[in-house]
Amino acid sequence: MLAKRIIPCLDVRDGKVVKGINFLGVKDVGDPVELAMLYNKMGADEIVFLDITATHEGRGTMADVVRRTAKNVFVPLTVGGGIRDTDDFRALLRAGADKVSVNSAAVKRPGLISEAATIFGSQCVVVAIDAKLVKPAGSDGAARYNVFVHGGRIDTGKDAVEWAAEAERLGAGEILLTSMDTDGTKSGFDIDMLNAVCSVANIPVIASGGGGQPEDFVDVFRKTGADAALAASIFHYGDMDVSKVKGVLADAGIPVRILY
Amino acid sequence: MIAIVDYGAGNLFSVKNALDFLGFESAISSEKRQLDNAEKLILPGVGAFPDAMRKLEAAGLAGAIAAMAREKPLLGICLGMQLLFQWGHEFEKTKGLGLIEGSVERIEAPGLKIPHMGWSDIKKGAACPLSDGIQEGSRLYFVHSYKAVTDMANISLYTEYGGLVPGLVFNGNVFGCQFHPEKSGGIGLRILKNFGELT
Repeated sequence: MLAKRIIPCLDVRDGKVVKGINFLGVKDVGDPVELAMLYNKMGADEIVFLDITATHEGRGTMADVVRRTAKNVFVPLTVGGGIRDTDDFRALLRAGADKVSVNSAAVKRPGLISEAATIFGSQCVVVAIDAKLVKPAGSDGAARYNVFVHGGRIDTGKDAVEWAAEAERLGAGEILLTSMDTDGTKSGFDIDMLNAVCSVANIPVIASGGGGQPEDFVDVFRKTGADAALAASIFHYGDMDVSKVKGVLADAGIPVRILY
Repeated sequence: MIAIVDYGAGNLFSVKNALDFLGFESAISSEKRQLDNAEKLILPGVGAFPDAMRKLEAAGLAGAIAAMAREKPLLGICLGMQLLFQWGHEFEKTKGLGLIEGSVERIEAPGLKIPHMGWSDIKKGAACPLSDGIQEGSRLYFVHSYKAVTDMANISLYTEYGGLVPGLVFNGNVFGCQFHPEKSGGIGLRILKNFGELT
């Protein structure tokens, strides 16, 4: 049986981790490679790097971060942020990424999903969707969630559930769904949005946005069909670590990978 | 020296990284002479069975690897494991290297997502040096839509996903991992270490 995956996400700008982190035993708290190694030791099932570098020059540093991480961390690595074409895919996969996630570029040009899936295989194409509730469920129908792009600044008007289904048809191997309504709140994952997307997806769905307590992870796996849960800040501040979350999940009877 | 066979089909550097990390000398090569001189061979692979067999044959390596496997340990990983069998059934029936009896068939798992992707818990079958020290219930990282169908005597580790899915298979000194040992954390590294330490 497959384990539910716990995935820490690191925001990286110009090769440095963005959010302030203070872990014991980490020499350079800004070094994404050191942090990835620490997360790996704690039992992270996969590590996601989100490149928020704005400049073109800074972009090359991401491949270097991936290359150095892949020499020391032996779990799947996913890289996303600013991916525009299959050349970007190739550069990161060559550097040692196992999966590449696309967001805005795929919305702009959905054909990128099928191109990447044909060349590299669906298993390494993750479609990241940032969505927000624009109309609550009511007597006139189900809730509507729209897809936002460019770091959540632009409403595309696209229906998030339909977009997830389309991404799958085009060859996506996984959906990374971030709820902008719960992101940063630490008040729990967006159960309703996840259920809406999981109901149409036949590929794994990664829940993102809102995980604050170990119980939130129990909740998301009990109440939705999500295959994995991703979180950034809660793992960064050191008040909760990956192994603690997994311990709580295991106690709740949810299958997780426990290190022996 | 462990030679990682380069025939244009994926995940070479991840395997090399893992061997470097473990301290085993290794080289990525498509040169028959270098493969001949290696103490052990690793056959990686990502993609589809027919295409990979064609690439191996085009590189003049299919027969050579089968011959070398009589003299030294060979480890196939993921698609590389599937190629060790007699037949593949991905898209079309394709002859494999025929080093382990059995075939490769599509996973039938009604109600479950295909590919089988993620950390699956394993059970132990027949004893084999590569599964030394691996505990039942450990999890290994799988990504695949096809699986080996072979005798239980050839299966050392397996998981369940809509039926039995072989994880680690073997026949003499020919070994195959359906999971990615180079992406399976400490447990995967242990399996690679066991392979590297074979004498």
